[in-house]
Amino acid sequence: MMLEIEELSVSYGAVNALSSVTFSAQPGAITAILGANGAGKTTLLRSISGLVKPRSGSVCFEGEELVGKTVENIARRGVAHVPEGRGIIEELTVEDNLRLATLWCIRRRERQGAIEATFELFPRLSGFRRRHASTLSGGERQMLVIGRALISRPKLLLLDEPSLGLAPLVTAQLMALLREHTDGTDVTVVLVEQNARSALSVSRNAVVLNLGEVVISDTAAAVAADSGLRHHYLGF
Amino acid sequence: MRQQGPPRHSLDNTSWLRRFRLPTQPLLRHLILALCGAGILYLVTSSLSPYNDYEIGEIALYVIALAGLSLLTGMNGQISLGNGAFMAVGAYTMALLMTHTQMNFIVELLAAIGAAAAMGLVIGIPATRLKGPYLAGMTLLFALALPPIADKWSTTFGGDQGLTTTVPNAPGNINPEEWLAWIQIIGALITLVLLANLIQSRFGRSFRAVRDDEIAASVAGIHVGRTKVLAFVISAGCAGLAGGFLGLSTGVVNTGEFPLTLSIQLLAAMVLGGTGSLMGMWWGAVLLVYLSQWSTSLSGYFNLGSGASAYLATIIFGVVLIVVMIAAPTGIQGGLRWTWRRILGLLFRQPAVIHPASGLPDDRVPIYQSDER
Repeated sequence: MMLEIEELSVSYGAVNALSSVTFSAQPGAITAILGANGAGKTTLLRSISGLVKPRSGSVCFEGEELVGKTVENIARRGVAHVPEGRGIIEELTVEDNLRLATLWCIRRRERQGAIEATFELFPRLSGFRRRHASTLSGGERQMLVIGRALISRPKLLLLDEPSLGLAPLVTAQLMALLREHTDGTDVTVVLVEQNARSALSVSRNAVVLNLGEVVISDTAAAVAADSGLRHHYLGF
Repeated sequence: MRQQGPPRHSLDNTSWLRRFRLPTQPLLRHLILALCGAGILYLVTSSLSPYNDYEIGEIALYVIALAGLSLLTGMNGQISLGNGAFMAVGAYTMALLMTHTQMNFIVELLAAIGAAAAMGLVIGIPATRLKGPYLAGMTLLFALALPPIADKWSTTFGGDQGLTTTVPNAPGNINPEEWLAWIQIIGALITLVLLANLIQSRFGRSFRAVRDDEIAASVAGIHVGRTKVLAFVISAGCAGLAGGFLGLSTGVVNTGEFPLTLSIQLLAAMVLGGTGSLMGMWWGAVLLVYLSQWSTSLSGYFNLGSGASAYLATIIFGVVLIVVMIAAPTGIQGGLRWTWRRILGLLFRQPAVIHPASGLPDDRVPIYQSDER
């Protein structure tokens, strides 16, 4: 019941985006992926969810190899990817955006209940459930896309910069919400964040990437305590 | 920002116009609309001349082809210049069955739909890898390649003469034109009801999701490839039925009836009517049928030569397309909907609802045009 990534290498043409990345993420905990711009964080998430085909290596989730499977089939195995700064369907209503993710995993009768539960999680969204998602603000979009990821009750949640464009207070609420949904469950969360401080505060483990290679993979507390590491790679 | 206050001129809630609501259950609502349409068309066809009935039948068959194209392009974002060729596939299938077998008429029509849909599957699978102009180019090639095939095997497909079709005998003393028009109208109404339901179902949502953002749709668990192929197959099936009906209208099926310009005109008429809308396809079909007639009479009026009059239809079509796109970028249906909403807004002024995200009054927030609202 865990995510195991072994010797994963991804290249875009001649550029090596990831070289031999190896780490594992435990269920019931958040694993933070940290690093500067261009470190390969987004590529890592994209190759887990199948959006990028790795050159070599393996991504194993619950004992099953994900490399080589299509994006849809990986999603249907309970892997919810929240891509960076996008991922809502602008021309569907807010409610239909949520319904879209329930079609293949929740029985017809239970769908409305699941949608209402998500609206309870993000009360702000329930006010414009019939509105087209293109009219939402950046933060509301982020709530919608995270809500859509949660509604399918994923076993593995991949979050790419969920705090992008959110007010600090909302970011804090979001992180608390994430932790609430992870602690004591069997959900595995992989969180990519620029805001290393807030990510480390909610994560149990942390992986620091630099130029496509793993610098350190340790507990979040250990990473936060290493002032040299913090200074070099995380900028605080 | 408008002040939120009591409505200025609203009628009270007992007003019949306010209380009248169509049922929210999609199938029921679409059936009621289709029955209303059938009633109106019945009054129209029974009061007009046989020739007008023939034209109404033609409009109905083009509505079928346009609705399929509207689903493909408007809902799923795939551009096809090959739907005229799918019409040819349907027409030839039906005509071949009529020539060589004694099947039931309905079965022959279903075979026409099936053959065109199968061709849609063949074209649709490679089409999932192409986008925008490249996809249009591929379907254009299909439309170009099909007629020579019919010419090559002229013994089977009848060559220039083509194959003859027969309309089943009209019951009672209904005149044949009216009877044919009714076959086509019923076909169009059934198609529209089925498509309208499809659009509001999970499939419709998947179509739009894939059109809008393939990556977002796929990470939400939607099979992008399958969804696109399905849209292609449905669109081709509609074209097949329309082609069969066109064969019935003309009484003969030959390659001259399905030129490349048919595919292009279908696309233009779909855009004119309102991309993605189904009701708008009636406007597109009316223009398809009547524009060429008007241009013929216009060229007669101005004493233009036969060469110039042939081009006049195309020119007028182009001018209408440009004018409509400037006046109503969402097509005729979009323009009408906008006007109707304006009129309703003036009649029943409601307190402005301010949309919290944009800070705009509710009616100023852009809403994507679609049939259900």
